[in-house]
Amino acid sequence: MEGLLDVPVLGLLLQLLLFLVDVLTRNGTIILALAAPLALGALCGVMNERSGVVNIGIEGMMLASAFFGWWVASVVGQMAPGQPAGIVFGITIPIVAGLLAALATGVVASLVHAWLSISLRVDQIISGTIINIVAFGVTGYVNLLLSRSSTPTGGKFVPFQPPQQLTDIPFVGWIFEMFLHQGPITMSVIVLVIVVQILLMRSRWGLRTRAVGEHPKAAETAGIDVIRLRYRNVILGGLFAGLGGAWFTLDFGSSFENGMTNGRGFIALAALIFGRWHPIGAFAAALLFAGAGSLGIAIRTSPPTGQLGDILTTIPPQLFSALPYLITIIVLAGVVGRSTPPAAVGRPYERESPA
Amino acid sequence: MSDMTSAKSEMTSAEPGMPVADNRVSAPALEMRGITKRYPGVLANDHIDLQIRPGEIHALLGENGAGKSTLMNILYGLAKPDEGDILLDGEAVQIAGPSDAIRRGINMVHQHFMLVPVLSVADNILLGDETMTNAIFMDRSEARKRIRELGQRFGFEIDPDEKVGRLSVGWQQRVEILKALYRDARILVLDEPTAVLTPQETTEIFGVLRRLRDEGHSIVFISHKLYEVLEIADRITVIRRGRVVGERVPSATNEEDLAELMVGREVQLTVDRGESHPGAPRLSVRGLNVKNDRGREVVHGVEFEVRAGEIFGIAGVAGNGQDELVEAITGLRRPSAGQITLDERDITNAEPRALHEMGVAFVPADRHRFGMVLSFPLTDNFVLNEYYEKPFARGPVRDEQAILVHANDLIERYDCRTPSATVIASTLSGGNQQKVVVAREFDGELTLLVLDQPTRGLDVGSVEFIHKQAIAKRDAGTAVLLVSAELDEVLELADRVGVMYRGRIVAVLDGRTAEREEVGLLMATGGRGGGITPVEAPVASA
Amino acid sequence: MITRIRRQVAVPAGAIVLAFLVGAVVLIVSSPLVTGHLDVVLPLRTYYALLQGSVLSFNAIVDTISNATPLVLVGLAVGLGFKAGLFNIGGQGQFLVGALAAAGAGAALAGASPFVAVPLALLAGVIAGAIYGFIPGFLKAYTGAHEVVTTIMLNYIALQIVGYAIAGPLRAVGASFARSNDVGNAALPAIINQGTGHEAHLGILIPVVVVPIIWWLLFRSTVGFEIRTVGANPDAARYAGMKPRRLVVLALTLGGLLAGLGGAIEILGRERYMAAAYSTNIGFDAITVALLGRAHPVGIVFGALLLGGMRAGAAAMQSQAGIPTQMIDLLQGVILFFLAAELVVRRIFRIKAAAGGGVDELQTVTRTYSGQTTAP
Repeated sequence: MEGLLDVPVLGLLLQLLLFLVDVLTRNGTIILALAAPLALGALCGVMNERSGVVNIGIEGMMLASAFFGWWVASVVGQMAPGQPAGIVFGITIPIVAGLLAALATGVVASLVHAWLSISLRVDQIISGTIINIVAFGVTGYVNLLLSRSSTPTGGKFVPFQPPQQLTDIPFVGWIFEMFLHQGPITMSVIVLVIVVQILLMRSRWGLRTRAVGEHPKAAETAGIDVIRLRYRNVILGGLFAGLGGAWFTLDFGSSFENGMTNGRGFIALAALIFGRWHPIGAFAAALLFAGAGSLGIAIRTSPPTGQLGDILTTIPPQLFSALPYLITIIVLAGVVGRSTPPAAVGRPYERESPA
Repeated sequence: MSDMTSAKSEMTSAEPGMPVADNRVSAPALEMRGITKRYPGVLANDHIDLQIRPGEIHALLGENGAGKSTLMNILYGLAKPDEGDILLDGEAVQIAGPSDAIRRGINMVHQHFMLVPVLSVADNILLGDETMTNAIFMDRSEARKRIRELGQRFGFEIDPDEKVGRLSVGWQQRVEILKALYRDARILVLDEPTAVLTPQETTEIFGVLRRLRDEGHSIVFISHKLYEVLEIADRITVIRRGRVVGERVPSATNEEDLAELMVGREVQLTVDRGESHPGAPRLSVRGLNVKNDRGREVVHGVEFEVRAGEIFGIAGVAGNGQDELVEAITGLRRPSAGQITLDERDITNAEPRALHEMGVAFVPADRHRFGMVLSFPLTDNFVLNEYYEKPFARGPVRDEQAILVHANDLIERYDCRTPSATVIASTLSGGNQQKVVVAREFDGELTLLVLDQPTRGLDVGSVEFIHKQAIAKRDAGTAVLLVSAELDEVLELADRVGVMYRGRIVAVLDGRTAEREEVGLLMATGGRGGGITPVEAPVASA
Repeated sequence: MITRIRRQVAVPAGAIVLAFLVGAVVLIVSSPLVTGHLDVVLPLRTYYALLQGSVLSFNAIVDTISNATPLVLVGLAVGLGFKAGLFNIGGQGQFLVGALAAAGAGAALAGASPFVAVPLALLAGVIAGAIYGFIPGFLKAYTGAHEVVTTIMLNYIALQIVGYAIAGPLRAVGASFARSNDVGNAALPAIINQGTGHEAHLGILIPVVVVPIIWWLLFRSTVGFEIRTVGANPDAARYAGMKPRRLVVLALTLGGLLAGLGGAIEILGRERYMAAAYSTNIGFDAITVALLGRAHPVGIVFGALLLGGMRAGAAAMQSQAGIPTQMIDLLQGVILFFLAAELVVRRIFRIKAAAGGGVDELQTVTRTYSGQTTAP
C-alpha cells in the first residue's frame, strides 16, 4: 500500500482520491451546512420559476434577511438580556425574533419582486437586479450606522449534539455526524426539500404551479387565477430566501458583514438549473457546490502531506477561493442546453388581450 | 351562486327524458344581449345579440377578426364586456373568470389548444377541477377511472397517463373535449375546432358533437368555413366587423349567401388560378432528412421538384415535418442528409443570406417570430434582409434616405394601410403586418418563393390579395412552394400537391383534379389504410 | 422632437425626484443612529452636502466629471448589451481586469516615453476587458449559459485574479501593502490641476470620442442594425441572414472592451497604481446609468453625470452630515425601482406614455433566460 502511493502519476491520483475521501468524510458537517443557504435559495427559485417567474434577486433577499434577522435579534436581545437558552438548539427569544424578522424580510422583498414582475410586468431579471441593489444599499447603509456604536450580537442557534455512540460508529458514524450535528435551519433544509418535492409532484398546488409555469393561458382557461398563484408562490419563495438569510447570521454565524452572501444567491440559481428545477436535484447540486468549496478550504487550511501536498500548496489560494464560481460557470455551460426550464419562465402574463 | 343552484334544480325538475331541442325553443340556455367590447382603436363587439338553445349546435360564422373570439372570451370570463348582459337560463349573470364560467357549466375548446404538453392527459383534465383524496393531494387513480369511462361513453379510449405533447392534434382535441365533459359542461364552445384536422378527423369530431347535442348539451361552433357550418349547425349566426349581420338555418341558405353575409360583398369563393405553364425544374429536393430541435429525425427521405412557373403545394396535418422541411429549404436548419438544388446549384447547406442573394424569398408561418421585428419601424422591416445591400447601405454605412424611399414605394404598391413608413410595426393590424412581409419578400425578381401558411389568421380581403400576388409570381416564372395546413388553400392554388405524412411525402397529386376527401385520407393515414395508392401526378401541360 | 425628448426624460427625472424623497424618509427614520435623536432636517443637510461635493464648486464639478468618465464607458458596456438583448452585469469584472492589465502594463512601461506608454497601457486594459467580455459572450452563444449568472460569477473571479496578481507577480517591492508599482510615464496627464487634489486627467476626453462612435455604430451602421435586430428578435435576425451567435459574442466583447477601457483610464488617470484591495461599485452604478439613459449613448452620458455626481458628493455627505456612502447605493436602488415602476411615476407626475420608452423597451433580457441557444 505504502509503495503504491509512490508510483508516479498513479500514486498521485491515489493520494488525491484518499485526500478527497478524507476531506469529505471529515467535513460532512460543514459541507451540509454550507449547502443549506444554496438549497434554500434554490427552493426559493423552485417556487418562483416553476410558476414562471425568474428570480435573480434571491441574493439580495437573502442578504437583507440575514441583516434584519441579525439586527432584530440584537435589538430584542438588548431589550431583554440574560434570557435562559431553550433546551434544544439554544433557542432564545431574541433568536426567534430574529428568525421571524428574517422571514418577514424575505416576504417583503418577494412582494416587491412580485409586484414589479407580475403586476407591472417589468422585465423579471431587471426586477431581481433592483432587489439586489436595494438590498445591498439598505443593509450596507444601516450596518455602517450601527457599527459606529458597538452592537452586541443577539446570539445564534447552537448545533444539535448527537450522542457520541452514534457518531463513533465506524464507516457510517460520519453520516450521523453530518446530518445531526447541525443547527435547526440546516437540519430543516432536508425536510423542506423533500416536502416541496412531493407537493410539487403530487398535490393540487404542485399541478397548478407546474401548469402555470408551462402554459399560463391553459391554466387560466382551466379556471386558475394565474396572477394570484404566481403572487402566492413568489411570496412563499420569499420565506425560503428569508430562512436562507437567517442561516448566515443566526445559524452558521452570529454577525453580519456587508455583502456577506457573496454570490450564493446566484450559485443557488445555478444549482436550480443543474438540478433541473427539482428540489431534490437542486439540493444535490448544492451539495456539490458546497463540497467543492470546502475542498478548497481544506486544501488551504490543512493541506495533505507528501507529494500531493507539495503540488497543491503551490497553487495560489485565490484559485480555491474562485473555485465555487468557476464550477458554477462550468456547470452552467455544460448543462444548460440539456436542462429544459419551465416553458413560460420569464414571461409576464397578461390576462386580457385583444383577439 | 344562488341563481345558479336554483337554475339547476329547475332544470332537473323539468320533464326528464323529453327531447330537449324541441321543448325549449323559447327558453335559451344562454343569451348574450347587446355585448359591446372596445379595444384601443378597435370596436371588437358592437351590440351583439346571441341566443343559444339547449340541445342545439349553434354556429358562429365570421371572418378572422370579425369579433367571434372576443365574444366567446367574454362569455368565458377572459374579457370583460364594456356593455351588455349575459343570461343563463334567463337569469342575468356576471362571469368573473374562467373558473366562474366552468362552475356555471360553460366550457371552451380553444383554437390553440389549452393543454400543457409536458403533463399527462389525466393531469391536463384534472387541472383546475382536481379530484382530491384530501385537502392537499389529488386522487389520480379515481381520475383515471373516470376519464376512461367518459372516453368509452363517447367512443374514444385514451391512455390517461400519456403525455399530451406526444398525442396527435386530433387526439389533443379529444382531450380538450374530455376536459369539458369531465367538468359536466352544459354549454360547450369550440373555437375553429377543425382548423388543424383532416376531413376524416373532422367527420369523427362532428359525430361526437352530434352525440353531445343529443344528450342535451348546447354547442357553439365557431368557424369561417362555410361548408362545415352548413353540415353541422342547427342554426347559424353571422358576424361581421363586430356586429351580427344575419341569422340563418342551414336548410334555407347556401355557401354564396353565407359568404356574402360574412364578407359584406359578393365574393369569389375560389381564386381564378388560370393556366400555369411550368418550365424546367428549379428547386429539387433529393433524399432529404431533417432533425427537429430535440434531435429526432422528423423528415425522412423527402423528394420533390418545383418547376419554374408552377405552384407546388404541400398538404399535411400540422406537425408532420413541414416546419422542419421548410426551415431546411430556407437555410434556417441544417439537413442531416440529402441534397437541395436550385437551378442546379447545390444549396443544401446554404445560409439564409446566400439564398436571399440567389433570389429565394420566404414568407414564414409565424411572422411575429421570424418575419418581422415588431418593435422596429416599417422602414427597417422592409429592408430586414437586404439592409446591407446597395442602395440601402454603402459598406458599413446605412443610407436612411434610400431606406425610407424604398418603404414608401412598397407601401404604395402593396397597399399597406399605415399612417406613415416610420410607425412601429406592432401598431399595424395582422393583415397589414403580413402585407409588409409579403411586400418585402415578393419584391424583385425571384427564383424560388416559399410560402408557409401565408394567410393564416387573415381576413378575406388580405387572403385574396396574397393569393393573387402568388399567382402573379408563378406566372412570372418563379417556382412557388406553398406549405399549408389549410387543405382548401393548397387545393385552390397549387398545380401539384404533395401530401406530407409523418415526415414523408406519401403522394403527389394534380392540384386541379385532386379530391378533398382523397387528400384528406392521405393526410390522415399516409395512404396505407385507405386503399389509395400514392401516385405521381402528371405535370400539367409541360 | 422636443416633446419626444421631454417624454423620454420625464420618467427618469420623476424617478430621481421620488428616489430622493424616499431617501429623505430613510434619512429621517435612521437619524437617531446618526445624530442620536430624530432629526427632520437631516435630509436637507445631507442633500446640501451632496450638492456641495458634486456641483457647487469648480472642484466639485471636476470630481463629478472625473467620476462620470469611467461610468460612461461601463454604462455603454451595459447599454450595448441591452441593445443586443443581453444583460451584461459583468461590467465590474471587465472593469477590474482592464484596470489590472493597465496597471501591469503601465508599471512595466513606467520609464518609457509617454507617447508609447500611455497608448500601450490603455490598449492592455482594452484587450483584457474585451477578453473578459468575450468569455460570457462565447458561453452564451455556444452553450446557452445565461450571461447574467456567468458575468456575476466572473465578477467574483475577477476579484480573485486581481488579488492574486497584485499580491504575487505584480507586487511592488518594498511597499507597505499589496500594490503594484507606479505607472510612471504611462499615467494619463492632468489637464486641469489647480493643486487642490481635485484634478481632471486627459481621460475625461475619451468619452467625447467614444460616445459618438457608439451612437453611430448602433444607429447608422449595418452592424448596429444587426445588433439591435438580434436584441429585438433573434429569430428574425437569423431569418434575415444575420449571425446571432457572432453578434452576441460581438456585443459582449465590445462591452468588455469599453468597460476595460474604463478600468484602464481609472488606473492610469487617477490611481496611478493598483492595490490588491482595490474595490469599486462601478458594476451596479453602470447598470443604473444604462437604465437611466435607456441604453441610449446620449442618455448614458447624463446618467453617468448623475451617478458620478452622487459618488463625488458622497465624501462630502459623509464628512459634513455623517451619512455613510452606502446611502448612494440605496438611492440608486430606489431610482432603479421607480424607473421600473414607471407606471407609478407616470401616475404621480401625470406623464403621458412615450411610445417605446422606459424599461420595457429593455424587456428582452429575460427572454433568453431559459437557455436556448439560437440554432445554427
